[in-house]
Formats: sequence, C-alpha cells, structure tokens
Amino acid sequence: MGEKKLMLGNEAIARGLYEAGVKVSSAYPGTPSTEISEYLVQYKDDVYCEWAPNEKVAAEVAFGASVAGVRSFAAMKMVGFNVAADPMYSAAYAGVGRGMVLTVADDPGLYSSQNEQDTRAVCRAAQIPVLEPSDSQEAKDMTKLAYEISEKYDKPVVIRTTTRLAHSQGLVELLSREEVEDKPYEKNIAKNVMLPANAIRRHVIVEDMMEKLAKDACDMPELNKMEIRDTKVGFITSGIPYLYVREAMPEASTLKLGMVHPLPMDLIREFAEKVDRVIVFEELMPVIEEQVKAAGIECDGKNIFTKLGEYSANMIRTNLLGQELKADPAAGIPNRPPILCPGCPHRSTFWVLKKLKLHVAGDIGCYTLGAVAPLSTIETCLCMGSSISSLHGMGKAKGADYLKNWVCVIGDSTFMHTGVNSLMNMVYNQSTGTVIILDNRITGMTGHQDNPATGKTLMGDTVSAIDFEKFCHGIGIENVFTVNAYDQAAMTETIKREVKEEHLSVIVAKAPCALIPEARTKKKCVALPDKCIHCGACTKPGCPALSRKADGSIAIDPTQCNGCGLCRQLCKFGAIEEVE
Amino acid sequence: MKTRNIMIVGVGGQGTLIASRILGGIATTAGYDVKVSEVHGMAQRGGSVVTFVRYGDEVAEPIVEPGCADVLIAFERLEAKRYAHYLKPDGVLILNDVRIDPMPVVIGAAEYPEGIVEEIEKDHTVYKADATAIAMELGNPRCFNVVILGMAARHMDYAVEDWYKVIERTVKPKTIEINKKAFDAGYALAE
Repeated sequence: MGEKKLMLGNEAIARGLYEAGVKVSSAYPGTPSTEISEYLVQYKDDVYCEWAPNEKVAAEVAFGASVAGVRSFAAMKMVGFNVAADPMYSAAYAGVGRGMVLTVADDPGLYSSQNEQDTRAVCRAAQIPVLEPSDSQEAKDMTKLAYEISEKYDKPVVIRTTTRLAHSQGLVELLSREEVEDKPYEKNIAKNVMLPANAIRRHVIVEDMMEKLAKDACDMPELNKMEIRDTKVGFITSGIPYLYVREAMPEASTLKLGMVHPLPMDLIREFAEKVDRVIVFEELMPVIEEQVKAAGIECDGKNIFTKLGEYSANMIRTNLLGQELKADPAAGIPNRPPILCPGCPHRSTFWVLKKLKLHVAGDIGCYTLGAVAPLSTIETCLCMGSSISSLHGMGKAKGADYLKNWVCVIGDSTFMHTGVNSLMNMVYNQSTGTVIILDNRITGMTGHQDNPATGKTLMGDTVSAIDFEKFCHGIGIENVFTVNAYDQAAMTETIKREVKEEHLSVIVAKAPCALIPEARTKKKCVALPDKCIHCGACTKPGCPALSRKADGSIAIDPTQCNGCGLCRQLCKFGAIEEVE
Repeated sequence: MKTRNIMIVGVGGQGTLIASRILGGIATTAGYDVKVSEVHGMAQRGGSVVTFVRYGDEVAEPIVEPGCADVLIAFERLEAKRYAHYLKPDGVLILNDVRIDPMPVVIGAAEYPEGIVEEIEKDHTVYKADATAIAMELGNPRCFNVVILGMAARHMDYAVEDWYKVIERTVKPKTIEINKKAFDAGYALAE
C-alpha cells in the first residue's frame, strides 16, 4: 500500500497523469478544471506543462505530442471544449500515437459558468470515449486507465468531471510513476492527414472501434461495476450521482458506469433483467437514459429527476421515496452575489463607462461582474472573445454613428484567447468603434494564471510578454492608447474622445489585479470625518471596503483597502486622503 | 463511527478554504475516511461560500444535506442564517459574530436582518465570539478563521496536539505561530 493523501479531484487527476508517465500537458484555465495544471507542474522535471492561449491550441498541442510518441494531456472546462471541438472531432478520426487524454469539467449548478452544457453529449457526437470518476481515488485510477484505453482503441479519451468532483477532496493512495517508452514516430499519411479520401476510410474504423469498445466495456469491472443488492430498484448511474444513490438508498442495486460513452449496453441489459425497476440517475441531459430507452429497455429517469443543476441524496428521498424533509431555508435572506474585489481596477474603468452612459458589450472574466449592481454597465456577454465581434456586428447593423454610444471590454487573457481574431476582423472589414482591453496583467477569475501577455510561463520561466500596443499597431490599428485604469480623469477624457471618432481605436486600461503581488502597496485611503458631508458619492461604485456609519459618514476598512484611490478621486470635498 | 458532518460558511475571501483544509487534515490524522467539498471560482469573489467536511468509517457523498450538520461554523452572521437549516436538531452553531453587508444591502436594495442569533438560539446551541477582534489583538486579523476552528475543536474528537500538527502542515510557515495562538484563543473561549 502506498501513502494515502487527501486530494482534490483535480489534484488526483494531476497525480494520475504523473503516475501514467505523461510527458506533455497543455491547458487553458477554466473553473473547475484549472487546478489540474497547477498541481501537475509540481512534477515539471518529468512533465512539460503549459498554459495555452486557448483550448483549441491546448488540444492540438496534445495531439502533436501524442503523434510524436509520448503520452499527452489537455485540460479545459466544458465551454472550452467547444473551442477545442474542431481539432477533437478530427482527432477522433486520426486516433493517437501514444495515449492522448483530455479532462473536460462540467459545471452543473452553474457555480462559475455561462451555461450548463453536458460534455457527454458533445463527446457522443464526436465519437470520443468518456470516463467519469466518482471520487478522488477513482479520478486518479481512471486517468491511468484512460491512457490504456486510448492506446488500445487508438482514440483520444475524455475524462469528464463536474465541479463537485473537481473541488471535493478524498483520500488517494499514491503510487510511483510508470516510465512509458516513447513510441517511435511512423509516417502514416492515411491516418494522420484528414483529407476527405482518408477521413472516409477512418470513419469506418471509428465506428468499428467504438462498437468494439462498447462490447469490451461490458467486461471492464474496474470501470463498470454491477452491484446487486435489493432487486426492487436498480439505479444506472455514474460520477458523483452514484454517491448520492449510495447515501440515500444504500440497499438499492446499482450499475455504476465508469465509462459513459460508448455505453456497455449488453451489461446494462443484464442489469435490467436482474432488477424489477430501472432508474437512470444522471445530472444534466438524459444522455444515458435516451440510449437505454432506444435499446428497448424500460426505465425511469428525467420523469422523476430534473435536467437542471446539481443532484443530491435528498432529491432521491423527496422525488422518489416521497419523504418530507423538515429543513427549510429561512425566508427573506438578502443574497450575497459575487462582486469585484476592493481596489479592483475594473471598477474604476466601469465607473467611467457608467458616468459616460455608454452601452457596453462585455466578455468572460471577473469583469463580467460589471453587469451586476451597482455598476450594471455590461449589456451583452456570450463567450470568450465575443465582445469585440458583437461590437463589430452592431456597427455593421446600425452604422458608425450608432457605435458612438457603445464600447466593448475584454480582459487581457480573454483577448489573447480569441479576442485577437475578432479584432483582426474589425480591421479587415473596416469597423469603427472603441475596444477597451482591461489589462490587469493576469488571468484573474480562475485564480491568477499567466498568459502570453504576462511574461511568465506555467513552468516558471520569464519570457517576452506580448505588447498590446505593438500587437495592435502590427495588425494596422493606428489609434492605440494605454491609460492607467485607476486614473478617472485620463480614462474619462480618452474614452469620451475616442467613441466620438469614426475610426477603430483600442484603449488599454492598465493596472494589475488588486490581488497579485505586483499590485501590493503600502497605500491606504482614510476618511476624514471633519470634511465629509455624508453625500455618499464615494460609495456609489460599490467598493466593499467602504461603508456608511450610523451618522452617514464614511468608514474605510483598512484590512480591505489597497489604496487604489478611486474613492478619493470621487470625493469633491477632500474628505478622503491617501496615506502610506 | 457514524459519519460526522461539519460545514463552514462565510464570505468569499474570508479563508474558508484554509479552514476546511485544516478540518480535513485533522480527520485524516485520525485514520477516518474523509471527504471535503469546496467552492472555487466566481463564488470566491465576495460571494456566499460553503464548504462541507465529512468524516467517519466510510463516507459516500461529499456534501452535507439540509438537516444533517452536526456543527455549522459560520464566519459571518447573515451566512449563519442562510445555512442554519442545514443543522440537525441537536446541531451546534459556532459563530464569528460579525456583520458584513452584502451588496444588495450596501446599495439599499435589501435590509440586513435583525435578531439572527436570537432566532437560531431558539432551536440550537450557539457559541459565538467576535473572532475578528480577537485575531486583530493577536496581530493578524486574517487568522480569525483559526480562532473559530479552536472554538469548534471543543465539539470534535481530537487532541490539541493533533490540531497543532495539522496547522503546521497547512498554513504558510511564517504564520504557524500566530495561527497556533489563534487556535488556543478560540479553544479557551469555548471552555
């Protein structure tokens, strides 16, 4: 027995990658997948790890490394898998050299995402096998199994996690690293070049291989476990929902699927014959249920349990067993939504946009919180990079005059991710408009990862940082201005001037994220009660460090304030000063 | 042993993650099966956060269901109210008795409820302290979370020495001493 350690699901996957002898990993941060890379880099002597600018790049890096003959890996959240879908649909045809595995993290319950899509459905369409662990130990074990399956069936394999698995800790037994020999590269154009003539033949192999895997998976007890207990009810389930079944109905029989695509249908049929009633218990889409029904097996599922959000053991107790639970939340409790941090530079930029009464096309990052009161400035947000293209579309729909009332905002990491394509489109198709890059020198929302504009890599190397001004000049934009995000006067003047112009301009609103070491100062803002007239102007942008005392005067929490100076600039009475 | 259910609730950025790591660590030391479920990402930006810690002979699900918590550790009063229904009838609330206004209250769209502690005390035993003030006196307001853990330790089954060991393993080396002091302060409070 190896040493046992309490590990997050994501940490366990990283450990599994290490033990499986993986040599190359590429990822773009996305909650809840981010920590995999952050834990994996502790093994950097054995595993090359990087942050890619986006998930498509990460998947392609993994494909290249696999073709070159080493075990490779990429990680992303489920919406990132859409970005990587293009290479992955074709990688499913080309297959692998050495094993290639992706972790794709779903987010039932929308803890930190813009939709509730189900990766299993995407992988079904792409004909990519999917494994789904239930706890940290399985996350590690299945990571290793995924490489065996990838190599045996010549397929990239996806490990699907959810937020609950990724961010739960469980005990994991540590084993040593398996050294996997590199596979010598073989030139094989028919396999690795997806020309139509090659792809049409590969498609035949894809279908055969998935059929074979579905059959073989009926005899993979380390993945698909039939546990016959009381036979009145049998649950077909997988992942975290399996644990809810065990909690609520420990006496019930279960078929626990570790492989959720392709489904081991013969095993499912065998299970269904052994129990009186089959219930499919799966979060999000009825991916398993629909296939079970299509195979002519009677079952319940989404007629009892929702397609929305996370499941729980109580859901079985109420919806299935009809128990009444006496545990109601207290009524009338104010929500506590997430907010921009004290001293966040984005707050300062949004305050200017709000004052100027501009409409704002937004993007994905901390700054999406600019849509929330009291700022309430962002009016559209779809996905990574969409702000710039949306602004362009508005201009093409309504003309340059219309764009004088709009700007778009995009973070530095999001700009690197896919914003660059959209900006090139604006140049190429002769857009006017004002693009604001909220450059806080880090990928913020996911917990501070480096990106091509920060000058540091995941491995800890210092590299040349992409310079936004030079980049924009390079693609032909003349009007590029870098402004200190905290400087209300300069920011107001620049934005006011640029939106009026009928040309394309980029404003880089620059100031480091208030939480990173670069931003640390000894400065604090303090309120001077003698000068305060209790107008509350300083509190309007919603900095959490500021509050009103009972008499209406301002208190600034010194443990939260980072001395950004926004409140000081908003006070017309000199009642706030900065001190060192 | 029957599974014990502990919850830590608070405001994103208050240090619930470190507290849950210490709780998870102490249960592991005792040789139990342990599961800890945390919140990362968007909710950490000043939002309401909840962490579940479960330990026992064999733990299935990683979350605590409403009505099942043995101990609810709340880092803020409103959050205690939000999650009080997770407590078992004989469950105990350990409360950092401070008020942090959420944005809807700050901007006047909602009111901060009054009488939270009195309300919960009708049904449950409540141990409360202004741990933030205690931590401030000790010289680091951020270690209030360990003061609260010290209070909670009275309702769990581990020796003080074991807590020290886990604190040493979990917190930044520079802050080990102050965190031990914080733990002692909390432990003494619950006497």
